[in-house]
Amino acid sequence: MLRTLRLALAALAILGLPALASATEREVSIGLQASITSMDPHYHNLSPNNSMMLHVFEPLIKRDANQKLVPGLATSWKAVDDLTWEFKLRKNVRFHDGSPFTADDVVFTLKRVPNVPNSPSSFATFTKPIVDVKVVDPHTIVFKTAAAHVLLPSDVASVMIVSKLHGEAASTEDYNSGKAAIGTGPYKLAEYIPNQRVVLKANYGYWGGEEPWDKVTFKILTNAAARVAALLSGDVQMIETVPTSDIAGLSANKKYELVDKVSNRVIYVHLNQRTDTPPPFFTAKDGKPLDKNPLKDARVRKALSISINRQAIADRVMEKRSVPAGQLLPDFFFGTSKKLPPAKFDPEGAKKLLAEAGYPSGFAMTVHGTNNRYINDDKIAQAIAQFYSRIGIDTKVETMPASVYFTRATKGEFGYMLLGWGTESGEQGSSLRSLLATYDPSKGMGTTNRARYSNPQLDALISEAMATINDKKREGLIQKAAEIAMNDTALIPIHYEVSTWATEKGFRYTPRTDQYTLATGLKPGK
Amino acid sequence: MLAYAIRRFGQSLFVLVLMSFLVFVGVFAIGDPIELLVNPQADEVERLRTTAALGLDRPFLEQYWVFLKGAASGDLGKSFVYNVPALTLILQKLPATFELALVAMVMAIFLGIPLGLYAGLKPDSFIGRGIMAGSILGFSLPTFWVGLVLIMIFSVQLGWLPSNGRGETVLLAGIPVSFLTASGLAHLAMPAFNLALFKLSLLIRLTRAGTREAVLQDYVKFARAKGLTQGRVIGVHVLKNILIPIVTVIGLELGSVIAFAIVTESIFAWPGTGKLLIDSINQLDRPVIVAYLLVIVTLFIVINFVVDVLYSMLDPRVRLGGAAAAH
Repeated sequence: MLRTLRLALAALAILGLPALASATEREVSIGLQASITSMDPHYHNLSPNNSMMLHVFEPLIKRDANQKLVPGLATSWKAVDDLTWEFKLRKNVRFHDGSPFTADDVVFTLKRVPNVPNSPSSFATFTKPIVDVKVVDPHTIVFKTAAAHVLLPSDVASVMIVSKLHGEAASTEDYNSGKAAIGTGPYKLAEYIPNQRVVLKANYGYWGGEEPWDKVTFKILTNAAARVAALLSGDVQMIETVPTSDIAGLSANKKYELVDKVSNRVIYVHLNQRTDTPPPFFTAKDGKPLDKNPLKDARVRKALSISINRQAIADRVMEKRSVPAGQLLPDFFFGTSKKLPPAKFDPEGAKKLLAEAGYPSGFAMTVHGTNNRYINDDKIAQAIAQFYSRIGIDTKVETMPASVYFTRATKGEFGYMLLGWGTESGEQGSSLRSLLATYDPSKGMGTTNRARYSNPQLDALISEAMATINDKKREGLIQKAAEIAMNDTALIPIHYEVSTWATEKGFRYTPRTDQYTLATGLKPGK
Repeated sequence: MLAYAIRRFGQSLFVLVLMSFLVFVGVFAIGDPIELLVNPQADEVERLRTTAALGLDRPFLEQYWVFLKGAASGDLGKSFVYNVPALTLILQKLPATFELALVAMVMAIFLGIPLGLYAGLKPDSFIGRGIMAGSILGFSLPTFWVGLVLIMIFSVQLGWLPSNGRGETVLLAGIPVSFLTASGLAHLAMPAFNLALFKLSLLIRLTRAGTREAVLQDYVKFARAKGLTQGRVIGVHVLKNILIPIVTVIGLELGSVIAFAIVTESIFAWPGTGKLLIDSINQLDRPVIVAYLLVIVTLFIVINFVVDVLYSMLDPRVRLGGAAAAH
């Protein structure tokens, strides 16, 4: 019996070896944390998809590792006037099948984007402002907008250009099967299996020069422990989103390297100000209702902000994989103010502010948050609650899966909401508009303002900034708006998530603020 | 037999409709898929357009009616997330789950019954006690932990087996299977063993208990007195008599091993239906959740039917249809 078992094990060991030796010099495998839901670049506006698309397709404008806009399929662009943008297209670019890239492909792409059937999250948001397109010559194209649209370059950077030749009759399935997934990018799609893997092969005719890899395999490893195990066993050479609990172990191990970078995602708190009556889950300490909404008082909001020790959360809860936040984006991004450091930890000051606002002995409330959406989200909620208990607020914590949480948060069923926000445009103005402008969906203002915070002075500044094409002038306006909002504690920024990648030693990955994992950023060492 | 089959079919249909309704209500109560699907940066117009496109703007009962009408013609709806028919998505992943479950079950049966027999025949021997102690571990250690330990030992430390995924597949009667290739077997070994461990322990204990009871019975003593060989006594007389509870449990467990391979699948990144289900629940991808559960319920119904038929073959006293059963 035992001998048979030993023989079987030995046989398995021999059989297993070829599988492990698959990573030859110009092949690489990368472990991703989330599924790619489609290879149609206009089907689902979702970070993991957008990241994957950048290998096969390209937008007119690209974003570098800090989300700064850099030339992509367009070599240059400029605003001719407030309503007109001119793009010069790159010459001698060819699609994977050898057909040339021209302005016609751009026109076709803009036509296709709003018309993808059943798209669960459409890219039409980005193309809608463009009301008219004029092809001047095969390599010059002009976009017209109905109103001044400052985010046009950023929007254009979110739209992948597809081939008119292959896209005209193509459905989402044709992109998934690879039939229509013919772009201009550095890699060609070789295989796409939902929830399992994406295999890419090098595009040797790429205009930007040759990539270091002949073949890249992205494996979907949603379980964090499994992802780390895959790296340790050599099944993949790089993983994204290293779980905080494994960071210490991996950085002590000489065979692996960690790189990290602060991201564009801020973890923040929205304070429900929808009604003058107390918000849900806010009561006096004895359980009796409060007479008014304490969150409408800026002093209470400030007290709730300065009683949080952000550095302690960063050090202990996040294992140093977060940066304390004072606004909505780290201060190297466009439109951020240098005058907004993270709020200083001051529990005594907080107590004083509460007393001034008429709550000398505090009140009772519940912190609501997700438990499967952001890095350590439930632990952050716990930590915050402890800080509040210290200044005399009886705090309970309730966390739930994102699928339950967001529906309820949007309906205003919580008082104190822990949330996260990634600024895809890389500009603080758009985040202020979504999160803090007075809720008015018909004007696109405050679309994600779950707190219903409202400040006319802030609204005016945001509106003005979002209609000012001149970059320098606009940046000044956004900075001023941010200062007004943060000094009024319109929301409570906690920290910026830091994304971490781990590679086998000898690989170099250029970390990105948008949390994308790109094979184009991974180079073999030396 | 035919009347029995028809009655069972009617009951099954009712169960399926009831189940789909419960899942509909459940998903509806959890939350709004739009919140998770639509990019938060999108505006209200996009949100409304998407809601309408997916039919989520209609009243709840109307949504269910649309689903029932589709289901009657075999269309269980398209996945919100993947835009692929939900049933297709599941049927693509099902062979992988079936393979894992069957290999795990085979492991459990061919290790569990002999080990249980041994432990039952020699309960006080060192090996007998060892088997029982091992089965307690198999019962009580959580699956995800055992899976990770297996990976740590066989993939990370020894480097013998790959840590995740499914190996190369070949077509067997049109179905992609991986247990016929070398890399397939290497990928299969750990997840299958991990999944088999609990069932293995269960079968050891069941077989042992049955054996201990059976060897004291008169017919076994008589068989021995007749001078039959040990092999014949155990293989024919003991084994056949303890097999009925074991077959029941194997039948039930086969269903659960297919339906609940979720933990093992996510640890070993096995591309099966369990992983798909978890992702779909997290995204509130209702068509996939409903279709998955319908497939699984159907599976349970079929397995139970097969088990009932097997009973009547193993034990002539059992008659299908119930009424004629002798006591």
